[in-house]
Amino acid sequence: MDAVPLNAYLILSAFLFTMGAVGVVVKRNPIVMFMCIELMLNAVNLSFLSFARYQTDLLAQVSGHVFVLFVFGVAAAEVAVGLGIITVMFRLRESIDVDEVTLLRG
Amino acid sequence: MGERILFFILAIVAILSAGGVVFSRNPVRSALLLVLNFFTLALIYFTLSAQFIGALQVIVYAGAIMVLFLFVIMLLNLGSPDAMPSERDLKRPLAYLIGFGILVTLVVQSQALLYPGAPQASPEVGTARVIGLALFTQWAYPLLLMGVLLTVGVIGSILLARRRAS
Repeated sequence: MDAVPLNAYLILSAFLFTMGAVGVVVKRNPIVMFMCIELMLNAVNLSFLSFARYQTDLLAQVSGHVFVLFVFGVAAAEVAVGLGIITVMFRLRESIDVDEVTLLRG
Repeated sequence: MGERILFFILAIVAILSAGGVVFSRNPVRSALLLVLNFFTLALIYFTLSAQFIGALQVIVYAGAIMVLFLFVIMLLNLGSPDAMPSERDLKRPLAYLIGFGILVTLVVQSQALLYPGAPQASPEVGTARVIGLALFTQWAYPLLLMGVLLTVGVIGSILLARRRAS
């Protein structure tokens, strides 16, 4: 059987991470910025799972899967708090353009 | 050979949908393309013999988190593309430059890795039984901390969303 090499998964992961990073900088809509953060988290999950598949130690393989579960948990908490902040921001001022939010600027 | 063709197709779909998320002007379209991206990633997880994580990816990301995104887009009435005018042109070239740098660094560094050419994991590593056993024995304390984090997140978002009684 001719399996996919590890490097192919890592290159795909690098592409997805880069797109997420560029999106966070380029977009001004905070909801789309959050989507790009999810893209980056998923790219990291992909590399975790592909590394786990190519480990020789059983403990290390399972640890990769467990780490992905923890990333899921962090992403869920982050989205819940972040979308709450966006809602409050929209209530305070009718626009949610991130370039106009300067409340914390000293 | 079939495995490589499947991976190639899934990778193309994943990259195209990720590009659509970033470059689409319509937030709803971005959200739906992100769902497509999550589904293709779940299929790639299945080919990586991570069945449990793949199923969780569909349930948690494509199910719960994306519903939350679409709900906020609907709530704030951001669905139309002209709700948010086009991006400022000043920082775009810089962002592409930084992205190119990140991409080159990641690809070069990942090609320098020395790993066995053939996959080592057996298919039952990705089952719920093996992962659950590890999660509740070796990773029990991190799991409890994750529960605390999620509780704090839920309480915080409720406090944020509550209207001040004035």
